[in-house]
Amino acid sequence: MAYRHVVGPRTHVFADLATLMAKATPIRSGDRLAGIAAESAEEMMAARWCLADVALSEIVARPLIPYEDDDVTRLILDTHDQAAFAEIAHLTVGDFREFLLTASSETLARIAPAVTPEIAAAVSKIMRNQDLILVARKCRVVTKFRNTIGLPGTLAVRLQPNHPTDEPKGITASILDGLSYGCGDAVIGINPASDSIRTLSSLLGLLDDVIQRLAIPTQSCVLTHVTTTLDAMNRGLPVDLVFQSIAGTQQANASFGVTLAILKEAHEAALALKRGPLGDNVMYFETGQGSALSADAHHGIDQQTLEARAYAVARVYRPLLVNSVVGFIGPEYLYDGKEIIRAGLEDHFCGKLMGVPLGVDVCYTNHAEADQDDMDTLLTLLGAAGCTYVMGVPGADDVMLNYQSTSFHDALYIREVLGLKRAPEFAAWLHEIGLADGEGALLPGGAGTALLTAAPDLAA
Amino acid sequence: MSEDDLWKRLARLTPARIGLGRAGSGLPTREVLGFGLAHARARDAVHTPMDVEAITEAVEALGLFVTAVASRAEDRATYLRRPDYGRRLAPASRDSLVEAAGESVDLALVVADGLSARAVHEGAARMLAALQPLADKAGWSLGPVVVASQARVALGDEIGMLLKAKAVAVLIGERPGLSSPDSLGLYLTFEPKPGRSDAERNCISNVRPAGLSHDLAAFKLHWLIAQTFSRGLSGVALKDESDAALEGPAERDALPGSSA
Repeated sequence: MAYRHVVGPRTHVFADLATLMAKATPIRSGDRLAGIAAESAEEMMAARWCLADVALSEIVARPLIPYEDDDVTRLILDTHDQAAFAEIAHLTVGDFREFLLTASSETLARIAPAVTPEIAAAVSKIMRNQDLILVARKCRVVTKFRNTIGLPGTLAVRLQPNHPTDEPKGITASILDGLSYGCGDAVIGINPASDSIRTLSSLLGLLDDVIQRLAIPTQSCVLTHVTTTLDAMNRGLPVDLVFQSIAGTQQANASFGVTLAILKEAHEAALALKRGPLGDNVMYFETGQGSALSADAHHGIDQQTLEARAYAVARVYRPLLVNSVVGFIGPEYLYDGKEIIRAGLEDHFCGKLMGVPLGVDVCYTNHAEADQDDMDTLLTLLGAAGCTYVMGVPGADDVMLNYQSTSFHDALYIREVLGLKRAPEFAAWLHEIGLADGEGALLPGGAGTALLTAAPDLAA
Repeated sequence: MSEDDLWKRLARLTPARIGLGRAGSGLPTREVLGFGLAHARARDAVHTPMDVEAITEAVEALGLFVTAVASRAEDRATYLRRPDYGRRLAPASRDSLVEAAGESVDLALVVADGLSARAVHEGAARMLAALQPLADKAGWSLGPVVVASQARVALGDEIGMLLKAKAVAVLIGERPGLSSPDSLGLYLTFEPKPGRSDAERNCISNVRPAGLSHDLAAFKLHWLIAQTFSRGLSGVALKDESDAALEGPAERDALPGSSA
């Protein structure tokens, strides 16, 4: 069905809902690359006016990819909470924006299972950055494994101690550095350079050892393919969290070598290990705008809507952590600081609205038109928006993945400026071992020596 | 041991930026400026145009023929936004390659700017110099070395096809990291033609003085090319086991039950 909007003498026509949503999207290079972006500023605004009048019930009734063709569409519709949807079904996208701005945290939690990714994406397209921040800030998504993540007023940090050749001593040195800045409550998570089971085994053992020796209330993850992690669990290796990159279409997931069935199998295997004393959120997912286009699996749908569909995939496995790698995929999808900042806020908002514990890898590559100032801006905005977690990379320079993310220092900055606390169990541990005071401020001196008990041979 | 000495020792264990110290919640001034300089160098590596003349001279000095081509991406801004343009030859370049092509060859060699002209300026001729004796010894016939501007890896597919090559090796400037603005990547594709997927290529990454040396990279590439010719394929089905050829089989399968 075509959509129409009249602006003065001109009638703008949009062939279908996917086209309308693509044209309503704030401009970004990936939608232009796909040939689906608005062709003028007026066309973009006409699309937003038109989208604002579309009923939420109509969005649910018109899947962007047919039910028969795509298992992500089937998952979205089969898990749609009809009872919760009754509260918002009568609203248009424009009404829904106003509903969200006035809704309480309790209301937002109640409707989260009724929010399909297409609804979240549609409303985000007519929201300004301040709307995305204000509404996301009210959403509460709390998850637990060895600590509690997502409580109001907290921000967690993934300690990311990558090394170009997976050298265990080098990785341990980066872990100790990160812990000394009070980072690592979200997870200590390594991107390995090698995906061999031998490497995985060595790194899982290393992480388990550090966490046990220092009795750190946190969890570990080696970010390798889900099938490799399944293999590791079958071998009895110490797996806390199962990681996988996911996307918003069946075909894009296939390009990652994953199916919903494999994710389910891995989820069940990790649950059976019962390694989380506080809770059983055992999955960790990464996503990013542009991944479906990159896999030539986008079905003519804009990249921001497809990104929200990836959160629908994540949601059914009750993950501990999900993050968009917003600036990582490259300038052909998000060209500059402005596009990366907007996308980071959209991704965080859509995830939270859908009830997913969204963090953001605030980051950029050296061929994007972006720099540290842009990252400072996005980090500050996400801190205000109640982002679940960000990355902690030594000096912001990931020497394995060759991109810039947020640093241990950046985490200290955002805590000082916005008064954000760590996960409570982790904060108590830092206080107990003498790294931080009761308020979470780092204490001067002695951090390294206290932590070195985890790896006595390192300083030899 | 003092706290400072301890972090200095730990910092030697990794190229990561650890033990930086802090000024309140922020970085010390030397670290802020050092990071800024590293980013500036990486940015310059992306945006400095490739010096085609200098590359041509250096490669011709090895006794190889050189021809220069350009992709359909007219400038860097277009190149960054339109990876599809960087994968196809400009019409004039296509015509000139059709003219230049002779009998079929075993191997086409492409030097591509990719995302770091600096990597190409500093490493391409050295890489070819290291590969040349191995290719000669193997008796492979070579096409002209094609120096390609505003080029993505897949541009090699069209070039290799037009040169009637059994395989193409693309030496390309990799996306510069903050600590590695000079890294070359080597991509090998069997029976090149437009439409080949990345799963059909083998890649050797991080070729630079502080990473994988040119000699070792040449050895690995030569090993992969020989395997490609004998097995009639490249890509995910061909694992790089050149380490075993270097070191012998003793280290392999050390982990019980490992399928590696």
